[in-house]
Amino acid sequence: MNREYEAVIGIECHVELKTATKMFCGCRNEFGGEPNTKTCPVCLGMPGALPVPNAKAIEQIVRTGLAFGSEIPAFSKFDRKNYFYPDMPKDYQISQYDMPLTVGGVVKYWLEDGTMKQCRLTRIHLEEDTGKSTHAGSGDGRIAGSSYSLLDFNRAGVPLMECVSEPELHSARDAVAYLESLRRTLLALEVSDVKMEEGSLRCDANVSIRPAGTTQLGTKSEIKNMNSFRSVERAIASEIARQTKILDSGGRVVQETRGWDELHGVTHPMRSKEEAHDYRYFPDPDLVPLAVAREDVERWKSELPTMPWQRFERYTAQYGLAVNAAAQLVDNLTLAGYFDAVVARSGNPQQSSNFVLGELSRLANDTAVDVADSKVTIEHLAELISLVESKRINSKIAKELLSRMWEGAGSPNAIVEREGLAQTSDPSAVERFVDEVLAANENVVADYKAGKVNVLGFLVGQVMKASRGKADPALANELVKQKLSS
Amino acid sequence: MTAAEIARDVSAGRVSAAEVTAATLAQVEAVEGEVGAYLTVLGELARSCAARVDERIAAGEHLALAGVPIAVKDNMCLEGTRTTCGSKILEGWIAPYTATAVARLLAAGAIPIGKANCDEFAMGSSCENSALGVTRNPYDLSRVPGGSSGGSAAAVAAYEAAIGLGSDTGGSIREPAAFCNLVGFKPTYGRVSRYGLIAFASSLDQIGPLARTVEDAALTYDIMAGYDPMDATSLDRPVERTADSLRTDLAGLRIGLVREFDTKALGERSDALYRAAYRDLERLGAELVEVSLPTADYGLATYYLIAPAECSSNLARFDGVRYGLRVESNDVRAMYDETRAAGFGPEVKRRILIGTYALSSGYYDAYYVRAQKARTLIARDFERAFAECDLIACPAASCPAFEFNAKGDPYSMYLMDYYTIPMSLAGLPALSVPCGWTTPDGSNLPLPIGLQLCAPLFGEKLLLGGAAAYERATNFALAHPPQTGAVRA
Amino acid sequence: MTPDTIDIGYVAKLARIALTDDEIERFSKELGELLGHVRALEELDTSSVPATAQVVESRNVLREDVERPCLDREVVLEGAPQRQGGFFRVPRIIAQ
Repeated sequence: MNREYEAVIGIECHVELKTATKMFCGCRNEFGGEPNTKTCPVCLGMPGALPVPNAKAIEQIVRTGLAFGSEIPAFSKFDRKNYFYPDMPKDYQISQYDMPLTVGGVVKYWLEDGTMKQCRLTRIHLEEDTGKSTHAGSGDGRIAGSSYSLLDFNRAGVPLMECVSEPELHSARDAVAYLESLRRTLLALEVSDVKMEEGSLRCDANVSIRPAGTTQLGTKSEIKNMNSFRSVERAIASEIARQTKILDSGGRVVQETRGWDELHGVTHPMRSKEEAHDYRYFPDPDLVPLAVAREDVERWKSELPTMPWQRFERYTAQYGLAVNAAAQLVDNLTLAGYFDAVVARSGNPQQSSNFVLGELSRLANDTAVDVADSKVTIEHLAELISLVESKRINSKIAKELLSRMWEGAGSPNAIVEREGLAQTSDPSAVERFVDEVLAANENVVADYKAGKVNVLGFLVGQVMKASRGKADPALANELVKQKLSS
Repeated sequence: MTAAEIARDVSAGRVSAAEVTAATLAQVEAVEGEVGAYLTVLGELARSCAARVDERIAAGEHLALAGVPIAVKDNMCLEGTRTTCGSKILEGWIAPYTATAVARLLAAGAIPIGKANCDEFAMGSSCENSALGVTRNPYDLSRVPGGSSGGSAAAVAAYEAAIGLGSDTGGSIREPAAFCNLVGFKPTYGRVSRYGLIAFASSLDQIGPLARTVEDAALTYDIMAGYDPMDATSLDRPVERTADSLRTDLAGLRIGLVREFDTKALGERSDALYRAAYRDLERLGAELVEVSLPTADYGLATYYLIAPAECSSNLARFDGVRYGLRVESNDVRAMYDETRAAGFGPEVKRRILIGTYALSSGYYDAYYVRAQKARTLIARDFERAFAECDLIACPAASCPAFEFNAKGDPYSMYLMDYYTIPMSLAGLPALSVPCGWTTPDGSNLPLPIGLQLCAPLFGEKLLLGGAAAYERATNFALAHPPQTGAVRA
Repeated sequence: MTPDTIDIGYVAKLARIALTDDEIERFSKELGELLGHVRALEELDTSSVPATAQVVESRNVLREDVERPCLDREVVLEGAPQRQGGFFRVPRIIAQ
């Protein structure tokens, strides 16, 4: 990208809430299934049907707002957004216009190198999802060139949260990092499955560029049809490049909606609606205003789980874990929960991370059992860490013990005691082994003295063998070196 | 027979629901050709409901409306029946569910005799806007029965039902009741569930009964009213029974006469009748006081912005996609345009257009918002008036039933709602009760006129109680039979 | 002051109703007349009055997140103007 320009990006996400039932009726809220089997007069927009809001959906959106530090206004209401489209059962959508359930808030996210950044939210509001249309006759399932369309209203009425960010993202990378953080948070809150492939997370991007250092926003285009985070990154990058080219050649960017073409890696202007929509928003007279109780807000706030960025910050800044270790933990909440408990018990985050992400995760992979479901209890792992920390056992022994604990061997303290596995750190004892080994390997010693220093490892290994693995490897190494140089 | 009498007789075993139903259907057979109250007669369903009611009575169940034949306005869903709203766009539509209010009446033993004709989507004051049938006023077949609940009114007036269910948005129960010599009652907004009532103007629509007596109206209301979890605008307030609070006098009550509703404007004969009615109220012990509703004059302007705005959105769903009429087209947009062009009548189109306009960008504040503010002023006027009185009395309509095609100009038809609209805007309970007969020039048959009574919010008990006293003392309803002849059921 | 003529053609497009030229002329006149009456509202001082949001005040009428039976699909599709298998069918969404 031409360094003269700064990209300005805003992201709009639609998130399907995973409530048991739809937003305004009691039909099951579930992905998939035979078409039109999860519908009723209300979500089909039949004559005489009326909407009644789902209390759980309201709870979920308020919790989401609280997680991002948004303001929960005293009053909120639903408005009708009027437009005609075949997947809209009432030809209006019940949404929120000027009094959304949450206002403001901040999404904290991190880049690959661990840098923490943030992007503010404008608002999050609640609305109902439309039905699904499939298009036939165009050969590729696309709407352009199709000869007819089929409609399934199973999805109509599913509760949707629309999260609108401020235009504060300045690169495709940031946009994706923002989305990943948003997604992680929604998972931690358990309000949505947030699967782009199932449509429970959809996003559009508003992209514009402006000369670096200026503050006025350039003309934006809205990018749609991005079906994965990878697409989002590619599409935004492509759009920035396209707009850059236009401005560089003295042209002007047209405000339009563009669809991402995954196959060809470009955006195309979408068939624009002939006239701009006049949605004629007005308060829905079938619904009454919402006044979220302050006690509920306080309770939900106090019950919020740890936020992914809080975890990430703690792991990197406080515990000093490497970025990718922290990221791995943040992305696996059960693992992170286990890890947190081990840290609390052992007081050693570094070692805890090493074991949990290292050997334990390997064992988990190999045996298809989750770490948190394994036979390695938190207490026992903490014991093991303590043993290693105090150098009572060496890392080789520790690894062996862990395998046995995975099989159900139980407390490492007990095993070490019983089998006398404590590492030998007594210098005179180790020295005896060293002397033994050097005496039995005179030619190797000669090689070393002749300059082949890498045989040191072999000799140390022999000491370990002689001591049946119990010698403190560092001490052995030290003593061997000493003796060889004397 | 009144509904109360039928229910008592059927409950006591003096007559069976099957017999009452058979007699009613025979009456329907006899007079429908002239009256045209029903778009669909539910012979088979009525008979099977009657059989079930008789079973339940035999099993010892108490049913408050046992065997009472009812007419259901065709903008209310009744599962398995053709529900058209008097419109071509729903001409063949079979409702897959039943409106809560209707279900409650059926559960109480009522028998659905037929789906009654109405102005298309409840928009009109004469029933002439129905695209599917013509209903005539049983008291003078050359005249309209009123609207939009004209079919329900005509059915009860012609003894084709004991109770008619209607819906009132700006006067659509009260005005046809006045035209057809009936009691027509619109409860406080939110008292009766709107679930299954095909929406016209969501913040105004209410279901209510048309009946031959106040007692019948009260009985019906008592059963229909009450919170419905399927309607978020239905009120979660305890419903006081009204049927056993009917009064015999009005002692201790103050009745407000609205200064702005001077009945001199209605012509000599009507003026005299209303002044006599007010005197009758006084004779029953009421104190007459003058009250003022200065903003009432703006009621029509306010209503004809709010109601069309809401209906323009409510009627968007009639698009040819999932049910109802579809005009086959090459693409969806053309399908919408042609389906709605063919399916809606002119009055519906007018209201959708003006409503869309009032909500559109640039005009929303000037029209819709301003109208909602005027609505607040009107509601406040009533609040102030009710500090001075307990009930308000005024005409139910500006004239008796008029001849077909008499109101060619839309605005002249809108004026029919002049007296009923303000109460609707304020959400107040109001009713019309027969208060006399007049014979306009050119007519040889006496025509009924209606007195409108209105109470404060949630004042159904006082309203029906007071109306009962007036009815008892005057009994105007019994003065003349309908033109369509003999009573049977 | 609000204008007293409506662009009926534009409004009809928003409302998705095809009007004949006759209807456009007729409705223009009739709705213009109605608007003339409606403009009387400008005489009222509504500056310090809130718009009626609800006739009877209430808040938070909600329902629990509990399933209710759905309609049988055959019932759902019974009134469909056109169906294909378990779907509703409509003509092409984008005109050719």
